[in-house]
Amino acid sequence: MVDSVFAPWDDSDQKPLIRFRNVTKRFGDFTAIDNLTLDIFAQEFFALLGPSGCGKTTMMRMLAGFENPTKGAIELAGQDIAGVPPNKRAVNMMFQSYALFPHLTVQDNIAFGLRRESRDSNFISERVSEMLKLTRLEKFARRKPHQISGGQRQRVALARSLAKAPKLLLLDEPLGALDAKLREATQFELMDIQEKTGTTFVIVTHDQEEAMTVASRVAVMDEGRIMQVATPEKIYEAPNSVYVADFIGDVNIIPGTAKAAGPDHYEIDWAEGREPLHAISKKDFAEGQSCHLAIRPEKVAIHAEHPAADNAVLGKVLDIAYLGNLSTYHVQLPTGEIIKAQVANTRRVSRRDYTWEDQVWVSWTKTTGVLLDQ
Amino acid sequence: MTRLSLFNVVSLTFGFVFLYVPMLILVIYSFNKSKLVTVWAGFSTKWYSELLANDAFLDAAWVTVKVAVLSSSIATVLGTMAAYVLVRGGRFFGRTLFSGMIYAPLVMPEVITGLSLLLLFIGMGLDRGVLTIVLAHTTFSMCFVSVVVSSRLMTFDNSLEEAALDLGASPLDAFRLVTLPIIAPAVISGWLLAFTLSLDDLVIASFTSGPSATTLPMKIWSSVRLGVSPEINALSTILIAMVTIGVVAASLASKQAALRAKRDEQKAARMT
Amino acid sequence: MGQLDKNDRRAAGPMKRAILIAMPYTWLLALFLIPFAVVFKISLSDIELSIPPYTPTMKDGLWNMLSRLDFENFVFLTQDDLYWKAYVSSLRIALISTVLTLVVGYPIAYAMARAPEQWRPTLLMLVILPFWTSFLIRVYAWIGILSNEGFLNKFLLWIGLINEPLTILNTNAAVFIGIVYTYLPFMILPIYSALDRLDGSLIEAAEDLGCSRIKAFWLITIPLSRNGIIAGCFLVFIPALGEFVIPSLLGGSGTLMIGKVLFEEFFSNRDWPVASAVAVVLLLILIIPIVLFQRNEQKQAEADT
Repeated sequence: MVDSVFAPWDDSDQKPLIRFRNVTKRFGDFTAIDNLTLDIFAQEFFALLGPSGCGKTTMMRMLAGFENPTKGAIELAGQDIAGVPPNKRAVNMMFQSYALFPHLTVQDNIAFGLRRESRDSNFISERVSEMLKLTRLEKFARRKPHQISGGQRQRVALARSLAKAPKLLLLDEPLGALDAKLREATQFELMDIQEKTGTTFVIVTHDQEEAMTVASRVAVMDEGRIMQVATPEKIYEAPNSVYVADFIGDVNIIPGTAKAAGPDHYEIDWAEGREPLHAISKKDFAEGQSCHLAIRPEKVAIHAEHPAADNAVLGKVLDIAYLGNLSTYHVQLPTGEIIKAQVANTRRVSRRDYTWEDQVWVSWTKTTGVLLDQ
Repeated sequence: MTRLSLFNVVSLTFGFVFLYVPMLILVIYSFNKSKLVTVWAGFSTKWYSELLANDAFLDAAWVTVKVAVLSSSIATVLGTMAAYVLVRGGRFFGRTLFSGMIYAPLVMPEVITGLSLLLLFIGMGLDRGVLTIVLAHTTFSMCFVSVVVSSRLMTFDNSLEEAALDLGASPLDAFRLVTLPIIAPAVISGWLLAFTLSLDDLVIASFTSGPSATTLPMKIWSSVRLGVSPEINALSTILIAMVTIGVVAASLASKQAALRAKRDEQKAARMT
Repeated sequence: MGQLDKNDRRAAGPMKRAILIAMPYTWLLALFLIPFAVVFKISLSDIELSIPPYTPTMKDGLWNMLSRLDFENFVFLTQDDLYWKAYVSSLRIALISTVLTLVVGYPIAYAMARAPEQWRPTLLMLVILPFWTSFLIRVYAWIGILSNEGFLNKFLLWIGLINEPLTILNTNAAVFIGIVYTYLPFMILPIYSALDRLDGSLIEAAEDLGCSRIKAFWLITIPLSRNGIIAGCFLVFIPALGEFVIPSLLGGSGTLMIGKVLFEEFFSNRDWPVASAVAVVLLLILIIPIVLFQRNEQKQAEADT
């Protein structure tokens, strides 16, 4: 029996846990969130991704209860939560600065939320032990925050926010303060914990690699609007706009005009007197409509001779970026545009086939490019 | 490790000599057997015994301490509220007036505050005594407390309060369990400041006190207007000694705490 | 999670907030602002041999009272030499004292800011200690030092610098010394704090670009510590203007300061209306510096965030 793929957003019977409905948030003259509608389903690991100022943190704070929408409604489990103060929501937040109470021990920090619910002390101490075990902090239970390292403080913040088993956990740039190695390990730890506890996680981040690694779905935001919501694969392989294509990973964008050349097949005029490029696109383009062809560098091959391919263009190697395992060739086309071709370094650098100033051909198939209208 | 230039060393030395020599002279002459400043007649503690036998002084001291404790405690509560409102309160009706009223007493000459309060009390028909002095001292102390506490609140990480709310604490609980313990040192400094200001106040007490309530500064004032008095020297020495012990103790305690915190952080950093 | 009535939820928070604001606010309105109104009203009244020693009072009826108020006392202030001389003299003395305090205090603050890191807490403590000591006592100490038979004269005679004791006590000079001495910590602390925040690499950059030590000081250090200087000056000037204790203890009968005049008008002459008028005028003179001071503090606070 094949494991069913986790995709409640495709299932019309599933009711979302969180609904943003035409939510607008203004601070004075500044519109932080502009008429936003979004559904987030239970048990998702949902990422809000975007540059600073795009509104992702505002959305999170509205979910937590520290801001209220100017217009529109936010529903949690079917109930409108506008006006519900943060201390009365079944939502907990892991703060970017961790916000650990410096005057309390690790275990008192974790127990804080439980104590506010006035549970009996047995329940509280059991739950705290559970959380300490989950985040591997048993040895540090009696220490104060300034007596433990940064990575451990992050785990205390996580344990504290999970202690009350909230329906929804908000994580505000949780891995920003960690160094690269620790960040990677913690990403997988977070995913494990999310699966184990079955909590819905909403993470806010500006790091697209992080979003792609941990999330079941990513919402790419810009200036208060959601540009695209999809799984990481779809976002990467099928971005819906130049903005999204450019935001995630590296991409080559070639502007041109589209001409129909068969079912789902378009020819793109991109430069005077050059062979048109070919792309397959399910989207409809009118005759002569301006469009952008997006191709990921790793999908661009590089050749010494004109290859037999759907798309092939001649150019000169302008620059080579050496990344150890990969090389990115910046190939300048006669029109002045630069195409990036990323190739794995299967041979040593000294035995490279191509070098600076070489005349090369770059090619890609007609299915690997994405034709975008905006 | 920066080395100080000669100019700087001279400045510091001159500065501190200037600040401390007058107090040192008071202390030395409090042990002078002779009444006169000019003649050193030998070491004696008789002025201390005369002072401690002087009922008027002791009564005044008691009144002063009572007033100081009461006014500084009320002032600390009100001042902390005012600080919280100013830093976290956002916009509200009459905010400019409020902040003006908080900051003005810091620089207002005492004769004006004293005069205005006395006229108010008379207009209200209040008998002047300990109550009126306490009211007066609370009013101006509250502003100093507010300044101290609000400067601490401004550097206080707001996300700690938000975290408390997020975890289910009511706003009052969040203040009580998280904010207050963390800003406690500032609140205590505020209290100490209010206490000292009250203890030391002459002008406002003169205006607002009554026949039954003479404070220590008022007693000192009536003595020193006639010139140098060795009893006052003795009293001064006692007060200076108390303050010195207090300040040095507080300074050492905070140094210790800072060292300990540093050591803890270094230990933590060495762990993974 | 029960569903509270929307109105309940909204009402609880703002009510508590209103109480929190109201308590200190009402206290200050009642005991700070209203007294000023009372002073103003009495400054418009006439002196009377009664208790209270002014007329009219509320007992005469509100309308009656309002119609009998006049600016007679203010006119009197302009006519009698004493008052406007005292105002001018106070301004002069406060100004000179502020400058003197700045000249004495800045080098000390500067030296503290340049001192090795481990000395600083001790140096700060040494500056703050006099601040916590009784102001009255510290001023009193100078009586024994500055009098004709006092410590200073004895010392100067002893080392042979002078032949006759200098008359310092009961002159304006003693008042200057007194003000500088008492208010010195108020000048040192803001300047020290501004200098402490100064980035040392700025001076190094200036010297690297060819500035001499002294020039770097004038062109970089002083302007950047401007806020501290301004704060310190206000903290000395404004209270010094209304000083009472120092001119009374250290100054002479020729030392005219408005705080002293006010106190004497009130307690000796028992002319409360005139004393109130003096207070009102002093307050008006002070409003501009106070507003400027508050603006400066606000700018500082905004710059820090």
